[in-house]
Order: sequence, then structure tokens, then C-alpha cells
Amino acid sequence: MYPILHKEYLNPTVVRMDILAPLVAKKAQAGQFIILRTDEDGERIPLTIADYDREAGTVRIIFQKVGATTEKLAAMNAGDCLSDFAGPLGRATETEGLRKVAVVGGGVGCAIAYPVAKKLHESGCEVHAVVGFRTCDLVILEDDFRAVSDKFILMSDDGTAGEKGLVTDALRTLIESGEQYDEVIAIGPLVMMKFVAALTKEFGIKTIVSMNPIMIDGTGMCGGCRLTVGGKTKFACVDGPEFDGHEVDFDEAMKRGAMYREFERHAREAACNLLNRKKEGE
Amino acid sequence: MPNMSPKKNEMPSQNPEIRRNNYEEVALGYTEEIAVAEAERCLGCKHMPCVTGCPVGIKIPHFIKKIADRDFEGAYRIIAESSSLPAVCGRVCPQESQCEAKCVRGLKGEPVGIGRLERFAADRHNDTVTELPEKPEPNGHRVAVVGSGPSGLACAGDLARKGYAVTVFEALHTAGGVLVYGIPEFRLPKAIVKKEIDTLCALGVTIETNMVIGKVLSVDELLGDGFEAVFIGTGAGLPRFMGIPGENLCGVYSANEFLTRINLMKAYRDGSATPLMNAKNVAVVGGGNVAMDAARCAKRLGAENVYIVYRRGEAELPARAEEVEHAKEEGIIFRLLTNPTEILPDENGSVGGIRCVEMGLGEPDESGRRRPVEIEGSDFTIDVDCVVMSIGTSPNPLIKSTTDGLECTKWGGIVTDENGLTSRSAVYAGGDAVTGAATVILAMGAGKTAAKAIDEYIQSK
Repeated sequence: MYPILHKEYLNPTVVRMDILAPLVAKKAQAGQFIILRTDEDGERIPLTIADYDREAGTVRIIFQKVGATTEKLAAMNAGDCLSDFAGPLGRATETEGLRKVAVVGGGVGCAIAYPVAKKLHESGCEVHAVVGFRTCDLVILEDDFRAVSDKFILMSDDGTAGEKGLVTDALRTLIESGEQYDEVIAIGPLVMMKFVAALTKEFGIKTIVSMNPIMIDGTGMCGGCRLTVGGKTKFACVDGPEFDGHEVDFDEAMKRGAMYREFERHAREAACNLLNRKKEGE
Repeated sequence: MPNMSPKKNEMPSQNPEIRRNNYEEVALGYTEEIAVAEAERCLGCKHMPCVTGCPVGIKIPHFIKKIADRDFEGAYRIIAESSSLPAVCGRVCPQESQCEAKCVRGLKGEPVGIGRLERFAADRHNDTVTELPEKPEPNGHRVAVVGSGPSGLACAGDLARKGYAVTVFEALHTAGGVLVYGIPEFRLPKAIVKKEIDTLCALGVTIETNMVIGKVLSVDELLGDGFEAVFIGTGAGLPRFMGIPGENLCGVYSANEFLTRINLMKAYRDGSATPLMNAKNVAVVGGGNVAMDAARCAKRLGAENVYIVYRRGEAELPARAEEVEHAKEEGIIFRLLTNPTEILPDENGSVGGIRCVEMGLGEPDESGRRRPVEIEGSDFTIDVDCVVMSIGTSPNPLIKSTTDGLECTKWGGIVTDENGLTSRSAVYAGGDAVTGAATVILAMGAGKTAAKAIDEYIQSK
């Protein structure tokens, strides 16, 4: 069992938790992920590692309530235990030799982009962070990003936080103003990563994206997480989760990601009803 | 005087019309009376040809004699001397190509139902003996086993009986490997696997789940952490695909994914948290046991038409004869000498059909089976909304890529000597991780061989 030591809402639908898992914390690196189950009959869900504390033996996860399992997870509190927590899985972000990088985060993807920005910053790399949210209530990790970025640009779809517009608008402005990046690292919704990759391709800037497809075991056994990258089938769990954004078939990934949408909608409603009934009963 | 009936006593089974809607075990097992009658068919040959067909050398005529004498527990004890998982192997071994293939009774009529008798003895033991074995006196040595499938469990069991403190590391949340994620409940009830694992725990084996060795700890860290030897039984978990167009469409699964969702993640139960597509027409590509399992699961999930698409002929089907027979009884449609060339999308980008060609059989290939050859212009389409690829698996590369100096073959199998010793001292391996996808009994045998070698290695230090 893996105790939850700390829980906090970053915005109305995004939750941060620190989980006690010393062996995972000892090996965790930015870019890797874990797989957890809340309880004995739960789904296995992959979540990218948001941070870790090797001394305290904790691993930080940040997730948005999007389905039945994340609803159930969000209803758990410090002191509760997760039944399973396996990792660190996948390959770590490669930062060696990078001197100047634009880190682009979108929505809850910022939770994964942040440790990458932090790792780059700590290795002496110049970091320009461009983060985007739909609206001001959803902004997360602003101070954290500011602390590890040489340049920080906040964007929102409706202009209620930072500048109005998309992250691609801000990134284009930076590139066109003459900023020269060794690499762009984009982490967020598939559609955002697709358009960031399309933009950087125009300018010939190497772009890394972090894929988070449907997964079961996370060790290469099921192949459910497969993607087409450069015309070849890759498994996100063992070959990734980070890939060359110019090679990823995003349209296929979007279709595969939506495979169980109807099932998930029903499951989420059922989970919410159950949680509400529990609350009323208390 | 032996029972000279030329036919095996039939296995009582659930009616196909009923069982194809449930997940309860298909074969119900012999009753005492049937078992004794079947045991009496054994001639008790002095030269024991059947034993030469058994990968772990069970003293088959001896245990059968015990059943004929109604000493059922005695029969179990003889099997348990050589097999770590009698109730499992009695159910999943391909007896017709092993022990039963060598049975003298098979020359004129059907061989003795050795597998069915093995299962009877094991079930009888499990039903009547509830106390768990006592923990042996510890010998002060520690061994790590990576993977809790058949090879790992067999290795752990044999070492624990000798007093070793064994820790088994499992990547998933439940121990059992392919016995729990792969083989469905209706063929191998999970309660049987659990009983085997409980027995190991009673012997003092510790099982640590959620431990992906190669990631959370390396083999070298295990050796540095006080384990005197490591056994790698990580199986052949990496699914293969055909490399044809359309394989990444929604609705195409590897057999591993399809079966894992159903078995390990319990998608077969109402109200399960695990989603699976509601398919009406399913094509399962492949002809092995895993393909039969996937096809029969699809039928139980409510598919109307389930096809086995296999490029060779009936005689070449690698599945156990009983599984093929059961699948046919349950209404699985066999499209043999048929090879997929493309998976076609529907208007939503999900699976809409599978394009195939007919095959003829040419000259025998290196496996001795006749090579399938495409018949030109024979293309046709089967309308399906789900495809399950069951064309084999490769060894998982996680350990190989994180263990320096571990010699592997080109296709990823770990290289070992005949005792399971790898190119690294104190590191042993066995099962599918070494041989590529094979059978439960071969993996179990490899685990036992390695356990013996590990014991000799540690005792001689």
C-alpha cells in the first residue's frame, strides 16, 4: 500500500498529491511515469511524474479529474492509501547538451512540463517557458515555472490571465523575434502538441512531445499504447513517452485516445454518483 | 486385468450452448469412478515411454497406479515430486504432443488420459487437503526471482523447500504472470493459481508486486542488496504485430492486451472499471492456444461471429487439440489457409473489415511444417469490427537493456547453459525469456532446473 502524504487542489479540477513510494522516488527522473490503482478493483492509469523527493521518499503526481478513476483518486485524502503504485516507467527526458530550450505547456500538461523545465534549469540551460490555459481559474504552477525560467510567458484563450491567445502564437513571436532554440519541448493536449510541432517544423527546430496514450501494464506487454512515429509502430511505455514531434502521427493518436470515450463518460458519471451518495451519507 | 476400452473416458464438460455465455470452467474434471476406470487403462509399461514425453519427468505410471488403487493423495505426492503446479499443468499442458503421444495404448485406440488424471489427482488434493505446508528451517541464504509466472514460481518453490529466503518480484499488481493475465478463467480458474501461490507463501516465499525490475531496481542492485543469486523469469511479454496497414486502427488489439483486459483487469465482469470495445464480429489472427483463448473470450463477451484466421491448415494449428475442439463446439468459425493483408477502416476510423488472401501449402519449411504460399487473386474481405493479433510474442527487453554483460540472442532471448546459468555469474534465467514463447510446463521445468543449479552454486561457495 502506498500512503498519500499530501493533497491539494491546484484549480477546481486539478489535484496535486505526494505519494510515499521510496523505491520509485529513488529512481524517478523527469519525463518518466508511474502506473497506479486506487483500489483492488480499480483501473491501472498512467500518470507522469510531476516531481520527487528522494530524501522523503515521495513522488508527486498532478492530475485532472477527467474520468472515473481520476474522480475516485481526487476523492481520496492524505492518510488514505493507493493499492498500487509502480514505476518509474518509460525513458527520462534527455537534456544533455541543451543550452537553450523553449518549454511549452498546455493545461494540466504543465504539470509534466514543469519538472522538465526544472531539470533543464538545474543543468544550466536557458529556459523559456510558454504556458497556456483556457482561463485564469485554471492556471497552475505559475510561481514554480517562474522560478526555473529565464523567460516566462503566460497565455490564456480568453485573455483573463497573461496574454490572450494560444501558446503557438507566443512561440511564433519568440522565434520570429530571433530567439534560437536548440530544442522545443511541448507537453499538453494532443492538438496543442500537433500545432506546436507544425510550427517548429516550419522553422526546422527539433521538437520533443510527451505522449500519454491509453495503457495497461506500462512495461511493453500489451501494446495498447502504440503510436505511429516516423511511419513505424512504437510503444509509448517503453520507447517513450517522449518522441520527435515532427514524426508523430497525431491524428491517429487522437483517434486511439478517444476509443473508449463513451464508456469513460458513463463510468465517470457512475463514479460521481457513487461519490456524491457517500458524501450525503456522511 | 487392465481396462481394455480403446477410448479415453470422456471429460465431463459444460454444455457448449451454455458455457459460451459464462466464464466458468469448461472441463469439469473426472469423478472418482471415472478416474479409477481411466487409470485402469494404463498398462504400467516397465520402460515408461510416457515419462520420456514429459518435460519434467513425472513418474506417470506410478501415479496412475495409485489412482487405480484409490490412493489419490499418494498419486498427488508422486506428481508433486516432479511438478510444482500439478493442477495447472493438468489443465494447460499439450499432453497430446507430450506424454500421451508416447502412450502404448495410443497405438491401437486412444492413449490413457494422463492429463485428465493429473488434474484429477491435483484437484482431489486441493479439495481435501486444506492445511498449508510448514515453513522449512531457513538456511540463511537469499535468492531473488524476477517474474511470478510458471518458471519463477517453480524456481521459488523448489528453493523455498530447501530453506532459502526467496523474494519474487512481480511487475503487475497480481502474482501469476501468464497464468493470471493470459489464460482465461474458463480454462484455468484463478482460484487454482492463488492456491499455488498461497502454498509458496506458506513455504516462506515473499512476493513483492508492482516491482518492475530493470526500472525500480536493477539485477545488479539485487545482487548488491544481499541476494546471492537472481533468477530471471520475465517471460515473452512483447506482442508482435504483422506490420500490415491498419494495425493501429481503433479496435485492433494484441492478444496480450485483449486477454489482459478481460482476465487480469476483469472486463468480463459486469460493472468492471476496464473498458473493452463491444464487438459484433471479431477476427483473431493466429492458431495457437492464445488465439483460441482470445476467440472464446470474444464469444463470451457477446460477439456474434468470431473467426480464427490462420495461414496454415488444420493439421498445423499449434493449439492443444482440446482447445480447438472446444472452440469449434462454441461456434468459433475457422478460416484456415487464410492470411490477412490489410485491416480496413470504417467511416469513423475504427476497424471495418479485414482483407485476406487464401493460401496453399507448399514444401515443408525449417520447422518441418508445409510452408503456406499465397494464391494470387484470391483476395476477399471479412466484415469485422475488431481484430485481435495473436501471432506470438518476443522476450521483454527491460532486463536485457538494464543488465550489463547479459548475453542475449539476436531476437532478444537470454542466453543460458543447460542449467539456466546466464553469461553473468550468479544470474540464472529460464522460461519464455530464454526460449521465446513456449509452454507452461517447459517454463516450469526450466525454473526447477535453475533452482537446482542455484542451490549447488550457493552451497559450493
